[in-house]
Amino acid sequence: MSLHNTATINWFFACKVEDVPANGGVCVKYLDEQIALFHFPRRNEWYATQNLCPHRQQMALSRGMTGTQGGEPKVACPFHKKSFSLVDGRCLSDDTECALNTYPVKIEDDRVYIGIVNGRDTETVMA
Amino acid sequence: MKIVIIGNGMVGYKFCEKMIAKAAPGTVELVVFGEEPRPAYDRVHLSAFFSGKTAQDLEMAPASWYIDNNIRLHLGDPVQSIDREHKTVHSHKGFTETYDYLVMATGSAAFVPNIPGVDKKGVFIYRTIEDLELMLDYAPKATTGAVIGGGLLGLEAAKALLDLGLQKTHVIEFASRLMPRQIDDSGSRLLQGKLETLGLQVHTSKQTTSIVGDDVITGLQFADDSILEADMLVISAGIQPRDELARLCGLEIGHRGGIVVNDQLQTTDPFIYAIGECALYNGMIYGLVAPGYEMAEVVTTHILGAHKAFTGFDMSTKLKLIGVDVASFGNPFTPADQCRSIVFEDTMKGVYKRINITPDGQHLLGGILIGDADAYNMLLQTAKNKVILPPNPEDVLLGARGGQEAAGAGVLGLPDDATICSCENVSKAAICNAVIDGHETLDAVKKCTKAATCCGGCAPMVKDLITSTMKSQGKYIRNVICEHFDYSRQELFDLVKIKELRSFDTVLDHYGHGEGCEICKPTVASILASLWNEMILAKGNDTAQDSNDRYLANIQKGGTYSVVPRVPGGEITPRQLMVIAQVAEKYNLYTKITGGQRIDMFGAHVSELPLIWEELVAGGFESGPAYGKALRTGKSCVGSTWCRFGPHDSVSFAIQIEQRYRGLRAPHKLKSAVSGCIRECAEAQSKDFGIIATEKGWNLYVCGNGGSKPQHALLLAGDVDSATCIRYIDRFLMFYIKTADPLTRTATWLNKLDGGIEYLRNVVVNDSLGIVAQLEAEMQVLVDNYRCEWKEVVDSPELRKRFSHFVNAPEEKDPTVQFENLREQKKAANWAK
Repeated sequence: MSLHNTATINWFFACKVEDVPANGGVCVKYLDEQIALFHFPRRNEWYATQNLCPHRQQMALSRGMTGTQGGEPKVACPFHKKSFSLVDGRCLSDDTECALNTYPVKIEDDRVYIGIVNGRDTETVMA
Repeated sequence: MKIVIIGNGMVGYKFCEKMIAKAAPGTVELVVFGEEPRPAYDRVHLSAFFSGKTAQDLEMAPASWYIDNNIRLHLGDPVQSIDREHKTVHSHKGFTETYDYLVMATGSAAFVPNIPGVDKKGVFIYRTIEDLELMLDYAPKATTGAVIGGGLLGLEAAKALLDLGLQKTHVIEFASRLMPRQIDDSGSRLLQGKLETLGLQVHTSKQTTSIVGDDVITGLQFADDSILEADMLVISAGIQPRDELARLCGLEIGHRGGIVVNDQLQTTDPFIYAIGECALYNGMIYGLVAPGYEMAEVVTTHILGAHKAFTGFDMSTKLKLIGVDVASFGNPFTPADQCRSIVFEDTMKGVYKRINITPDGQHLLGGILIGDADAYNMLLQTAKNKVILPPNPEDVLLGARGGQEAAGAGVLGLPDDATICSCENVSKAAICNAVIDGHETLDAVKKCTKAATCCGGCAPMVKDLITSTMKSQGKYIRNVICEHFDYSRQELFDLVKIKELRSFDTVLDHYGHGEGCEICKPTVASILASLWNEMILAKGNDTAQDSNDRYLANIQKGGTYSVVPRVPGGEITPRQLMVIAQVAEKYNLYTKITGGQRIDMFGAHVSELPLIWEELVAGGFESGPAYGKALRTGKSCVGSTWCRFGPHDSVSFAIQIEQRYRGLRAPHKLKSAVSGCIRECAEAQSKDFGIIATEKGWNLYVCGNGGSKPQHALLLAGDVDSATCIRYIDRFLMFYIKTADPLTRTATWLNKLDGGIEYLRNVVVNDSLGIVAQLEAEMQVLVDNYRCEWKEVVDSPELRKRFSHFVNAPEEKDPTVQFENLREQKKAANWAK
């Protein structure tokens, strides 16, 4: 997370707030990437992760069911119900599964922006 | 302290795991040499390799585990020699390592008898993943398989040949029965009968004298001059301890092989230990994994300076052979003059059970279970712990019959030191203590004690212990849905009904906390649908639906969906077939006839679903909720309209039934069928509710199930007319919907229902609870509220909007979706590795 604070973030416009179903997710196209975007209106929180579930390499997380585990927001993949934390992307149902990439999200005038952190590739490689 | 381990099999791995767990960090240096090219894997479940598991799935721990724990692992590098004087080992690749202690876990090799021709092509052994890969390569060329050896491993190998697609497979056993070390003649006969129905030919008392064929095997020649044709052979006639290295450095070896060890598993050199299948303790080789793990435990303890001795190991075993339970425990072969035996044999169901008890009837000595080994853990513990038997010892085999309380007190009656998990050697006390310390779920207890993590056979006993320990602490065990709702499904159903709540959000506000999860969301959504039958995607309930319900289609490999229109009773006109054909061709969908007499179309992108349904709805079709925990189909045979046998019109009745309950949502899916006569061509007795015509009316059967645990439906009412039959179904379904736990099929629900089918018949037919009028009224509300979900989506621009892959590029399809060709249609690309 410290990287998010120090590195520069390029924000891109994803969609309008109303385009995202309450308590659910959508898939956002960014260049060749697919990003899953989730809205938790009860907590007024937004999260974004990679759309690819690392378990069976399926582009599916945006269609997963959101929820919480012990208060921590999460999403369960529709294929085999693996759960991932939306805070740091780690897999909650299997210690050995890869973690998800996460992205910062901000809302301005009912418009949703997702942040791409510069040097992100390096961070991923080093993680 | 530096320890070198020779061998990276299951036992060698377990030794490392135990040493890492017990030694103070940084005090022990571990170096492992393994002959095989991959890290230790689960050899016990080797045959799973043929049913889809990969070598990686079978790994005991990934290569990174060794790195993380500072274990130097040399793979594909067998040790060539041991220099005991200088305490060094030399490996094939030229490494030299010194040691303070050496642990030999070299395991065993397949024993290959000296039969002429064993070197021919097509002859295999069954031991390593490499052996399996060789078999996998060869099998497509072969049609008839044979296995020499009818023991435990031989039957596993035979299963492997069946899995490889060999139509005919023969098992040849030298002894007069299968599994001669574990079961008796009667048990063997029963097992043989079961295996033969599964496609195995068993030949006992057969001695193979040579393997026939020029270069390649064509058959086997036996001592009685008979010949068996076979083009693939697996030899599984026993094991041979890998003791050659020990022999080379002068350690004592048994007459028939095996490295001689003492109570501490030390060889004749006190700095060298031997564990697992290479060790000969008290004249015996222990060819199972559990005693090997116990040996690893003893050596770990001993090296770290504490005292623990190996005193032999119970060779009781339970396994599933090609779907048949086989277990033997204690001493199944106590001579007749030293025990009394109780035998139960049911050739109808294929069950054989035998127990041997002491002549005074006090203790259980051992026994054999075939076809049904559910009682194995209890019986094993009863024998091992010398628990006093009930006055009628047959009760432990058959359960208490009559009015008396069940014999013994089950798992609770066992002493504290009883072993519950024999793979990981976890006692009853260890599990109970973990529960007292706050590990109150199976997962938590598994993590804390390792119980139930190996073969998993003891998991039901562990669960019982968790529940009973919590109860004994005064904790009320409530069957709550999940961490967000402190209610059972039945409680929540009643609350939602009384408060007339209609969305997941309001239910969460009233009765839950947090945000919900993938367990409670679909449960609540199902309750709402079963109460009000409103459009499931309305009122913000779309995101509470399970993924398939949310898109009103079944997600398939790769992320595309399949589409199933309703075909009531399986009756379809040529014109309707053309509609399906046109749609499938237009959207390039793979088509397949389903088991429920419908047509499934696969490979639709999410954005294509509303377009496809627009055409299907226009062509007169309705959604047939294959995606929902809902009524699926009413299957039927053709009945009296065409059939020369059937007394009644089963198709018309099936259509009437399916139309009545279409779209009905329930705790789990529902299937139905109607057969026009007793020949039962529609297989109604395997359905949640099935109807069979009689001369006088209909017989109504309920709570049948196919699937992994097939169960025949039971007769609820006989010879009823059509109207009565439907009334009974209304009541039965509504009672199930209101009282079942989430995701519980009717068969499982009935099995848990106190009083079983008698109780259910009293409620539904005799109105013992005085609720049938209410049940019928509630069902009528659901029937009246039915609307086709897909028609509503097709007609609603707002709902259609959700059916796109990219929110910011709704017209684009997911570019990562890939198809492959198969028999002139497409199929989903395989899972990525």
